[in-house]
Formats: sequence, structure tokens, C-alpha cells
Amino acid sequence: MNLHEYQGRELFARFGIPVLPGQMAESPAEAREIARRIGATVVIKAQVQVGGRGKAGGVKLAHTPDEAFERASEILALTIKGLPVRKLLVAQAADIARELYLAIVLDRSRKLPLIMLSAEGGVEIEQVAKEAPEKIVRRHIPLEGLRAYQARALFQPLLGDGKQVAQAADILLKLWAVYRDGDCSLAEINPLVITPEGRVLALDSKVIVDDNADFRHREWETWRDPEEESPGARKARERGLSYVKLEGDIGCVVNGAGLAMATMDLIKHYGGEPANFLDIGGSSNPEKVTAALEIITGDARESGGPGVRAILFNIFGGITRCDDVARGIVQSLEKSPLAIPLVIRLTGTNEAAARKILADAGLSATTSMDEGVRTVIAKAQEVPV
Amino acid sequence: MSILIDKHTRLLVQGITGRDGAFHTQQMVSYGTRVVAGVTPGRGGEKVHGVPVFDSVADAVAATKANASVIYVPAPAAADAIFEAADAGIALITCITEGIPVRDAMAAYHHVAGLRSANGNGRPRLIGPNCPGLISPGQSKVGILPGQICTPGPVGVVSRSGTLTYEVVHQLTGAGLGQSTCIGIGGDPIIGTNFIDALELFEADPRTEAIVLMGEIGGSDEEDAAMFIRRRVRKPVVAFIAGQTAPPGKRMGHAGAIISGGSGTAAEKMAAFEAAGVPVARIPSEIPGLIAESLTRRRPRARATARGSASRPTRPPARRAKAGARKVAARRKPSVRRGGRARVSSRAR
Repeated sequence: MNLHEYQGRELFARFGIPVLPGQMAESPAEAREIARRIGATVVIKAQVQVGGRGKAGGVKLAHTPDEAFERASEILALTIKGLPVRKLLVAQAADIARELYLAIVLDRSRKLPLIMLSAEGGVEIEQVAKEAPEKIVRRHIPLEGLRAYQARALFQPLLGDGKQVAQAADILLKLWAVYRDGDCSLAEINPLVITPEGRVLALDSKVIVDDNADFRHREWETWRDPEEESPGARKARERGLSYVKLEGDIGCVVNGAGLAMATMDLIKHYGGEPANFLDIGGSSNPEKVTAALEIITGDARESGGPGVRAILFNIFGGITRCDDVARGIVQSLEKSPLAIPLVIRLTGTNEAAARKILADAGLSATTSMDEGVRTVIAKAQEVPV
Repeated sequence: MSILIDKHTRLLVQGITGRDGAFHTQQMVSYGTRVVAGVTPGRGGEKVHGVPVFDSVADAVAATKANASVIYVPAPAAADAIFEAADAGIALITCITEGIPVRDAMAAYHHVAGLRSANGNGRPRLIGPNCPGLISPGQSKVGILPGQICTPGPVGVVSRSGTLTYEVVHQLTGAGLGQSTCIGIGGDPIIGTNFIDALELFEADPRTEAIVLMGEIGGSDEEDAAMFIRRRVRKPVVAFIAGQTAPPGKRMGHAGAIISGGSGTAAEKMAAFEAAGVPVARIPSEIPGLIAESLTRRRPRARATARGSASRPTRPPARRAKAGARKVAARRKPSVRRGGRARVSSRAR
């Protein structure tokens, strides 16, 4: 889960990382009230999880509470890269002498957390990595954890000034605590700023938490932003399905993530466009199949796009039993008949029983993945847009 | 022959009394795997499908001399199960469990790696987590791969996925291409055995003649594997990458399958293999054909290799899958086995 900036700030503050006063607002009136309480120039930032908010007009300064009201109204009216702005962060503006980049990420190949530090703050790290990779300092955090002297040594060449080094090192140690205890896969401060008075502050936050650790972080459920999720995505999460909506018109329901990706690729290979990624998981039951069909057809209607013109089931029975899937398809069609063609490919565990169930309901299935994909593309083309 | 497991493997099932553990114990026993023990704390003394259950891995090892373990323990306790197996001296630990937090998987990985470097004999080895396990057809299966789709033969299969592996193995079997061992290394960002480890084992296994490698988006294990193949692998390898149509920034089911910051794309991985002279199948159904081709050009060469110059010809880049493979075959000079190549001899038996 990607946290909003304001949520990441709250997490940072809880671990003692210095941030300037600020709060989330959902209306211009709330923004004015927060600005009044802060009693200084504020920065108002759109809380949407895409880069380039500033360029899109989603970050503005306000010198008075009334100005905060105006700017907040303007930003709340924006849609940035397809995402309507519903929340704002209103925070005290900082005077900036210097901007740095500081992050802890997972290095998958070394299997250790990696500190990334750069003197080029305020710009996206991918851009720095591309244009001036030598400006990024990288240090792995050893198994036994990060020591204070190691943190100081990292900032020493960059900052020089002993007081600033001590503050920055303290922030890094706290960021490490956020990363470790907060089960993060990314904890980023960009920019980490130094004020003209020599104070070191975290001005922005980007935090991604490891969803697999949600069993020890009950608070994460309250952080989830229901408005960020499409109804289909929410339903998929609640039913334990992996689902990603794409732009095409051929829906697919597959068991297993690798096979689901390969199915999308094959649809594209034979000239079609996949409408989604959907993995019904290992031990699928009929209810999951029904939910999958509802999500694919429902989400397509919601988005008002081209819509799904045909659906392919691609099932390789292992732990997943083909008869379970067949039963789910038949039950689902009885409840709400599909207006578009359905192509079924299944093979593996309990395949014969599955074919019988399908045949009794007047359906049939192919055994080859290639044939299933070619058939569904042909059928989709017959459906008027 | 096979790698990692064979008919002598003495398997222990951690989490044997759970729904998945019990079901797959039955499946493994009926396949012929020697399942000697199960472990569920607090359930010692029971039996599951005829297999005795112990309270701890240490007790089970003492009583049954188990040397391999498979873990079906739920995610919150699965990393602990890996630690327990490693500390009890289990040589091969396969973790099927999906959904282990990265922090826990990282700790377990380094614990196992620390013991391995202290032992100096390649043990213990961790496979997974979030993997389907492995099978040496006709000998032993550890995990959840369906046995009926496999048949013994010369092809080594290594993959980050589960059902996609079944799909390809099924097609290989259908084309008369049997397998030495099929390993699912897992779809998580932190896994115990990566492509390079598996390639090393297959390269050293005398009965494996060709290798299928199935990767997917996310991370850089495939790029590392491509480099390794260029330098160290003489056996023909055919690669496939899933997720060519995956959008950036979205997790595609597997925790590790995500294009982040513009890297980890299928295109980069495919290019890396092609640059290493490894034919890349565009679609799964091309794999059996590419393997069959590689075997026909491999067999005469194996007889011809005895001695020769120390330099080996580099693999020319293969452009397109099938046509490229043929060109590679045509241009390739007989290669020579060079001394000092990495060999892995340790096995869990």
C-alpha cells in the first residue's frame, strides 16, 4: 500500500522525525482553519499518488487563511493525471537553503535495506540516477542494524557542518526505525531540507508499506483510502483476488499470477488487448469465480471506456480444481447471464468432471491456451462496440 | 538423475495438520515421495495419512533422519518455521507459504545463508517462499506441483511462477520432452534460491541436457542470470518472460512482480537474454520447439567435446525467437568445457 504524503508525515512525526506543523484538509474551509491555526505562510499540496504534482498546479503557497481558502478551492477542482484531488495537505511553509534526497529501499538482489542519499533533493531520484548516477550515495544497512556513527559518516562529506550532520544522522536513524518497525518497502524524504538557520527537516514523505505485514499493523486498515480504489479493485481485495484493470476489451480470469501475465501477453501477441489482470488464486471456490466475473463486467461499465467485449477463462488445474471453476461459471451465469461471449480453457485436476458440468449447462471448453486466446479474440471482434 | 531431490530424499512436512499440509502430504505420498515425518507444535503423537507427527523439527529429525523439509505453515509463523528447520540441520528447506512479510523473509534468508557459509557444504538451502516447490519426475516431489503432468527426461525447468510452470511442463511432456527436475523458485522479492543457483545445479547435473528458464517482471534476477549464462553455462537455455503487457507500478499478483522506477520490465529482461545468446520464446507454446532444437544440436556436440583451446566462443545474440535460435545453432562453433567452472556438488538426499 502506498501511503498519502500526509499519512507518511504522521508516521514520521510519530517516530520523532522533525516535520513542520500541518494537517489534512478535505474542503477549502478546513484548509482556511488549518492555515489560521498555523499562523504563518502555508503550502497547500494535492494528496494524489502521482509524480509531477507541482507542475500540474497541485502545490501552491498561501500567505493568509483566506488565501488558503482560495488556493484550496483551486486545487480541489483539479484532476491530476486522471486522479481527482479530494484531499489536501496544509502545512507550514519552510525557508530552504538546501535540499537533499534521503530514502531507504529494499535491495532485492542483496536482500538488505539500502540507504540512498543525494545532494540533488526535490527532483525524482530516477531522474538523478539516469543523468548523474555518481551523485547518489548508496549504503546497505547491515543485518545488525544501523549505527549512529555510520549515519554521521554518510552525511559528513555532504554537509560538513557538525550540527547539521548530527541532525541529519538522527533523522536517518529514525527513518530506519520507520522502515524496520513500520514494515516499509520504501521510506523516502524528498526533499530533506536545511533551513537558512541550519535546521534539518523532512518536507515531504513517500512511504510504501509491505501489505504482507498487515497482520501486525491493525492501523493500516484505517489508512486505506476507499476513494483511491475503484469499486472493482475494492471488491477484488475483499474477495482475495489479485486484480489490475487495463485498457483493453478482452477480460481474462486465470489461476496463478505467472499464467495470468502470460495470458495477457498472449492476447496481445495474437492481436487483442487485455482488459485486466485477474488471478483467482490457488484454492478457488465457486464464489470467487462469480466475484471475478462481476468485477470484470462491472468495472468496465463503471469506467465508461470501450467496455469488455469477451471474457476468457484460462485455468490450469493444480490445487485449483477445474470442477470448482466450472461450477462457479455455471452458477454465476444462472444468476446473471452474460451479454458477451465467454470462452473457457481448462485442463488439469478434475478436468473431466468440469467438462461434464459445463456440457450440462450447454457450455464447452478448449484444452489449449493458444486456441482459447485466438477464439476469444475472434469472438470479441464480432461484438459491436 | 536430478538436482536437489531424488528417491532418497527423506521429507518432513511442517504444518502437516493444516488443510493444505494434510492434502499435499497425501499427494506427495501417493507420488512416491518418502514423507518420513510431520511437525505441528502441540500435535506430536498424531498421524496424518500414516505419517507420524512431532512437536518440533528437532524431535522429528532425531527420530526419522529427515533431511529435507517443506513448509505449509501460515504466513505469520512461516519464517519461524524456516529458522527451526535450518537450526535442526535440515539440508533442503522448501517454503510454499505465500504472504510472508519481507522483513521476516529477509531475516530467514540471512539466517540460512549464514549457516550455509559456516558449514561450507552448500547446506542448508532455502527454496521459496511463495513457490510451488520442486519435482524430480518419477522420483520425488516436494510441494504442490501436479505430478501427473511431468515425465522423466533431460530438461531442467526453473521458474518464478506456479501455474505457468505447469502449463509449460505440460506442453514439454506433450512434445515428448521429459524433465530432470522442475523447480519453482517463488514469486516474492526475497527468495532463497535464485535463477543463478538453479542454473549452477542444472549445469552440474549430468542428466540435464537443456534448461527452460521462466522469469517475470520485477527485480533483476533475470538480468543476472543472463550474465551468468554467458559466462558459465554451456548447456542450452531457453528463456521466457511473463508480463510483457504489464503496466508499470502495479503489482501483478506476485509480491515481487512489479515494474518500479521504470526498471524490471519484460523488455529489459528479454534483451538481456538475447544479448547473452539465449533464445527467448515470445509465447509459452514456442518453448518445446526451441528446447527440441537445442537438444538436437547439443547431443553431437557433447560427444565431440574433449579438449581444445581455452577460450570459448561467446554466444551470438539471437534476434527473434525461432529464427534466431536456428541462426545461433548454425553459427555456433563446437564449444569446449573449460576448467575452473563453478560446480555444485552438494545435494540434499
